[in-house]
Amino acid sequence: MATLPRTRPKYRRLVWRNTVAGWSFILPNFIGFVGLTLLPVAVLFYVAFTNWNVFGVAEWTGTANFRRLWSDASFWTALRNTVYYAVFHIPLTLAAALGLALLLNRKLRGVRFFRTVAFFPYITSIVAIAVVWNQLFSPEYGPINALLGAVGVDNPPGWTASATWSMPAVIIVGTWRYMGYYMLLFLAGLQTIPAQLYEAAETDGASPWQRFVHVTMPGLRHTTFFVTVLLTIESFKVFDLILVMTGGGPGQSTLVLSQYIYQKGFEENQFGYASAVSIVLFAICFGITVIQFWVNKRRNS
Amino acid sequence: MTATDLSTPVPAIVPPGNHATSVRRVRSRGGRLLGYAALVLAAAGLLLPFFWMVVASLKTNNDVFTIPITWLPDPVVWRNYVDIWQRSDMTTWLRNTLLLSVVVTFLQVFTGSFAAYGFARVRFPGRDLLFLAYVGTIAVPWQSYMIPQFILMSKLHLSNTLWSIVAIQAFGAVGVFLMKQFYETIPEELSEAARVDGLSEFGIYRRIILPLSRPALASLALLMFTTTWNDYLGPLIYLRSPELRTIQLGLNTFISQYNAEYALIMTGSVLSVLPVAVIFLLGQRYFIEGVASTGLKG
Repeated sequence: MATLPRTRPKYRRLVWRNTVAGWSFILPNFIGFVGLTLLPVAVLFYVAFTNWNVFGVAEWTGTANFRRLWSDASFWTALRNTVYYAVFHIPLTLAAALGLALLLNRKLRGVRFFRTVAFFPYITSIVAIAVVWNQLFSPEYGPINALLGAVGVDNPPGWTASATWSMPAVIIVGTWRYMGYYMLLFLAGLQTIPAQLYEAAETDGASPWQRFVHVTMPGLRHTTFFVTVLLTIESFKVFDLILVMTGGGPGQSTLVLSQYIYQKGFEENQFGYASAVSIVLFAICFGITVIQFWVNKRRNS
Repeated sequence: MTATDLSTPVPAIVPPGNHATSVRRVRSRGGRLLGYAALVLAAAGLLLPFFWMVVASLKTNNDVFTIPITWLPDPVVWRNYVDIWQRSDMTTWLRNTLLLSVVVTFLQVFTGSFAAYGFARVRFPGRDLLFLAYVGTIAVPWQSYMIPQFILMSKLHLSNTLWSIVAIQAFGAVGVFLMKQFYETIPEELSEAARVDGLSEFGIYRRIILPLSRPALASLALLMFTTTWNDYLGPLIYLRSPELRTIQLGLNTFISQYNAEYALIMTGSVLSVLPVAVIFLLGQRYFIEGVASTGLKG
């Protein structure tokens, strides 16, 4: 297309024809996309500055919702818990996914089976997973505490029944569920590293650790970046898992931002206020993504 | 932050059978044994919850929690699988979920692949900016705009109908992004030759690109099917009537209703996982390639 001579009328006709063709392909999806994704995202920035419930009319209140946020203890708890979840979930999942990927990037018998096993938790439903793990975590009768007792832990944690241990329990399940998914991304990344690089490193007498640091890590830089971005967004929007496992409890010990939006919006009909919390969530995800892109770009240049 | 920035880090689909070039052989016998030990241990940890789920679903209720733990059901209670149908609306839940999953998957695959062709193969002014809007929304968590979306759907009188779930899931950016990545791996010369032969853009899509993209379409379909099947938050917000409940919502209400019926709850859980597990195992190759090539989820 680009090689066609740019004689004006002909060229303009071609551009016109391509524009019509391009739009006609995009349109069926675009209509839904604009109406149901782009428009709501734009409207969010309006609703957040209003007092609005389902049946009423929006009443412009300026920054009132945000000033209310500032002194809302539950909001700060939710924000703190979300950060708590992210700070542990991201590195844990990253490490587990990379570890699994390295193990499964070898010529071993049954490697396919193991990859499927690792990916399996990701495709199963949150409700089923949450209820099974709650049974496993059961403080008195659960197999996890039975195991801990058997290896000599006298005072095993109360897990989802305890305010201190509920978040670690949720993080463990989150990591278990998502590591297989990110493992796949790492596997795809590992397969782009040329085998010759490893052979060269080996003839130079590099130890396995040195090969990992000097060949694998640089080769995976793009993948690691991409995985971190996705994992960050996923961690900050965590919801279903926590809602079904702990309901945000005990107390507010596992209340996260997404759940707080749900509570304020759909349980208490405070759409305006919930939208203000939404903007905070949006800003965090967007801000972190931009920073990650910026850091990645600087490192690459 | 350009569109290509997000799409470049992810390698294209690696054709099966080509892996050997970069997969390292494990030389020493000790290393191999150690690797196997680590793998078996990891697999056991990953599968243990599922093992527990299936075993508990075949126990009597009193046997689920016993000390010491019994790892095999004795006696095996198949009756749980009959009881659950009688004590819950399993049929309704499964029917709703299946219906939603099939419709959403079809629309995602159809409109997604169509739009992706426009983005990948037709050049027109403003295209890249438009695509950036699609990619950009992937970084926006759904939870942050679910409220304005809900207001909109209520105004359209779609909330509390199955249509609401179809509408919010079917036009996402996921399908467009995944298919665009794939189309860009098909050599441009193919389309060029067809254009010289006088085929229209639609003809090229229909006769050349579509037949070539069957694996990518399959992986998108699998991804969308499982995502819709397992969705919890969407149905929780939109589907308020009991007869509209999906399997996830239904199972959760069942759990709160019969919270001491441990064995039956596990039976329901198995039934909620089973269909997706079967589909996943059947199409596992496409599925894994699809995720590896795009890194996307719904």
